[in-house]
Amino acid sequence: MSAAEDPRSIVMGRIRASLGVASLDRARKASVERRLERHPHGTIPARARRGRAECLALFTEMLTAQGADMRHVLTRKEAVAAIASYLGTCNLPPRIRMGRDATLAALPWRDAWDIERAIGPAQPGDRAALSHAVVAAAETGTLFLVSGPANPTTLNFLPEAHTVLIEAADIVGSYEEAWDRLRAIHGKGTLPRAVNLISGPSRTADIEQTIVRGAHGPRRLLVLILG
Amino acid sequence: MANAKHDFRSAASQALADRSLQKALLNVKRGFVSKRAAAKAKLPEFDSLREEARAIKDHTLSHLDLYLEAYERKVIESGGEVHYAPAAADARAIVLTLCEQAGAKLVTKGKSMVSEEIGLNAHLQAAKIEVVETDLGEYIVQLRGERPSHIIAPVIHLNKETIEQEFRRKHQRLPRERRLDRAEYLVAEARALLREKFLAADVGITGANLLIAETGSSVVVTNEGNGDLTSTLPRMHIVIASIEKLVPTLEDASTILRLLARSATGQEITTYTSLFTGPRREADPDGPTAYHVLLLDNGRSEMLGNEFADMLRCIRCGACLNHCPVYGAIGGHAYGSIYPGPMGAVLTPQLSGIDQARDLPNASSFCGRCEAVCPMEIPLPDMMRAWRERDFARGNPPRFERLMLKLWAFAAKRPRLYHALAEAMARYLARRAGGRGRLSRLPLMQAWTEARDLPAPQGNTFHQLYARSMRKDAR
Repeated sequence: MSAAEDPRSIVMGRIRASLGVASLDRARKASVERRLERHPHGTIPARARRGRAECLALFTEMLTAQGADMRHVLTRKEAVAAIASYLGTCNLPPRIRMGRDATLAALPWRDAWDIERAIGPAQPGDRAALSHAVVAAAETGTLFLVSGPANPTTLNFLPEAHTVLIEAADIVGSYEEAWDRLRAIHGKGTLPRAVNLISGPSRTADIEQTIVRGAHGPRRLLVLILG
Repeated sequence: MANAKHDFRSAASQALADRSLQKALLNVKRGFVSKRAAAKAKLPEFDSLREEARAIKDHTLSHLDLYLEAYERKVIESGGEVHYAPAAADARAIVLTLCEQAGAKLVTKGKSMVSEEIGLNAHLQAAKIEVVETDLGEYIVQLRGERPSHIIAPVIHLNKETIEQEFRRKHQRLPRERRLDRAEYLVAEARALLREKFLAADVGITGANLLIAETGSSVVVTNEGNGDLTSTLPRMHIVIASIEKLVPTLEDASTILRLLARSATGQEITTYTSLFTGPRREADPDGPTAYHVLLLDNGRSEMLGNEFADMLRCIRCGACLNHCPVYGAIGGHAYGSIYPGPMGAVLTPQLSGIDQARDLPNASSFCGRCEAVCPMEIPLPDMMRAWRERDFARGNPPRFERLMLKLWAFAAKRPRLYHALAEAMARYLARRAGGRGRLSRLPLMQAWTEARDLPAPQGNTFHQLYARSMRKDAR
C-alpha cells in the first residue's frame, strides 16, 4: 500500500487538516508530552480526602449500598473463618477457586480443613472464587483487581460468588491515589492486561429499570477487610 | 446507519399513538431523571468536574493526532495492534478479516454504539459467523431483529410482557410451563443461555467508553459483567472505538468516570469499570492471546474543524435523551437513527447527511434541558440551530416554511413594524378567544392546535410591558 492509501495516514491527515496544524509543531508536542509525564489530577471530591478511619467507613458504606456483603476481620484466622461461614450461608459447597496470590496462600487454611482450594483460572463449574485486591478507593467503594497468575481475571466474573480480600492499609480515598499505587507496582505508563474496578455484584436494570442482581457476573460479592 | 429515507413525522405520530410504548417511556422519567438528580446532589463537586471534563476533552481534541500516536505506541508496546478505519465500510472489513484470521465461528459482543453505527453484525453474519450480543438489552433487541431505542438502555421501549413473549418464541428448547413473569426469571434465563456462548466464543468484540493514551488502555464500563466475559474468555479481543474516545491520562479518565455513571443511570459508579491493555502476558493463566483496537473516524475528523466540534466531547451517557421532552414523547426508534434524542439530532446529520436527517434537528423545542444536564457541557440546542441553518441554506425546508421564515425575518429586522404587528396580533387573538382565555383553533397553525390550546394574550405585548416597567424604574 502506498502512503497515500494507508488508512492511518488518511485519518491523521484529516485530523491535522481540520485542526489546521502541522505534524511537527514543537509546542503542541511539548504540551502533550508534559501532560502524559505529569498526569495532573483534577478536583478530587472532598469525601475522598478524609482520614483513614473515615475512608474505611465510607468504603464499607458505599459497597453495602451497592449490594456487597461486608465483613471486617482483624486476623487472618478470622478471615478464613469468614470465608468458610460465607460459603455455608450462601448454601455453596466448601470449595473455592483462587490464584497463586502470596497473601491468600499465607492465610491459615489448615483452620478450615474442610474447604477445598482449587488453584488456577476459573472453570465453568466453579461456584465460588477468592481474589486479593491490590488497592481500593473509598469514594465509591471500588476494588481494584489486576490480572496475572496471582489473581486470574476469570475469578472475578465466572463463579456465582466472589470473595475479595482487601487489607485495610490498602484502602485509599480516591481513584487517583489508587492509580499511584498501581504505578508504583507496575511502572509508570504500564498496566497489566486487565485492571478490573469492581464496586458491587453484577446487576442489570435493562428490563423496565428493575434492578436484578447476578446478570452475567457474580450474584454475590463478599468483601473481607483485613486488619 | 439511518434508513435511506426515514419518515420521521409519521414514525413520531405512530409512536405517540402506541400505548405500550407510551407506558414503557414512563420508566425513563421515573428512573433515570430522579436517580441522576439524587446522585448529583450527593457530589457537591459535580459542576466543577463538568468544567474540568470539558477542558480535558477540548485539550485532547485539539491535540488528537498526537494523543492517538501516543496511545498507539502504548498499545503496540503492550503487545496489541491498532487499525484505522476512515469510514464504516473500512471498519467492517477490518473486523471481518480479524475474525477470519482467528478462524472465528462464534463472536460474542459487549454493548457498542460504534458497532451499531457501522452495521457490524449483519456484515459478520453474511460471512457465516454467529454473532451474539451479550448485554441483556442488546440481546433482546437482537432476538427481536430491532435496533436499540436508547444508547444506554436498549429496550427501554419494551415492557416485561413483550420480553417474556419474545423469550418464549425464541427459546424453544426450554420447558413451556416455566415462569417468566418477573424480571429475575428473564435475567436468569438469559444468563444461562449466554453463559454457553461466552464459553464457546472464538472472538470477543467490545466497544470502549474511553481510551487512555498514557497506558494504551481501553476502558469498558458495564453493570452486568458481560463486557468482561466477552473480552476475557475468547482467544481474540477486538475493541472498536471512535477516535474521539481518547483521554490523556488515568487522572483524566477518573474525572470523566465520576460524571459518566452519575449522569447516565444515577449510580455513583457502574459495577464494573475495566481497563484492558494488550493481550494476556506470558505468565497469565487467562485472557485473550490477541488484542486489536479498531479506531473509527467516520466523519469525526471533519467535525473537528466545523461548528459541530463540541459534539466530539460526548461520552454517550444518555442524559440528554432522558431529559428531552421530545424523546420522552416518542422514544428512540422514531428518530430512525441509532443515535436518538438531542445528541442524535446533532450527530446523525453529520453521519448520514442533513438532507436525509433534516427532521431531527428540527424536532426540538429548544427547551435547553439537554444542555443543562450534559456532563460535558455540549451546547446541543446551538448545534441543532446550526443544522437548521445549513438545512435552510440547502433549500431543504418546504416552500411554505421558507416563505414564513422569510416573512418573519423581514418583520424581525424592522422593530417598529414588528412591534406594531405583535400588538395587532395580540389584540386579534384576545378578541378571537373571547372570554375563554384560550384558542383551540388558529389559522395557518391547525397542526399545532390539533393537540393543544394556545393561551390567549392577556392585553399588552412583552415589549409594551417591558417599556412600562423601565419607565416605572426610572421614576
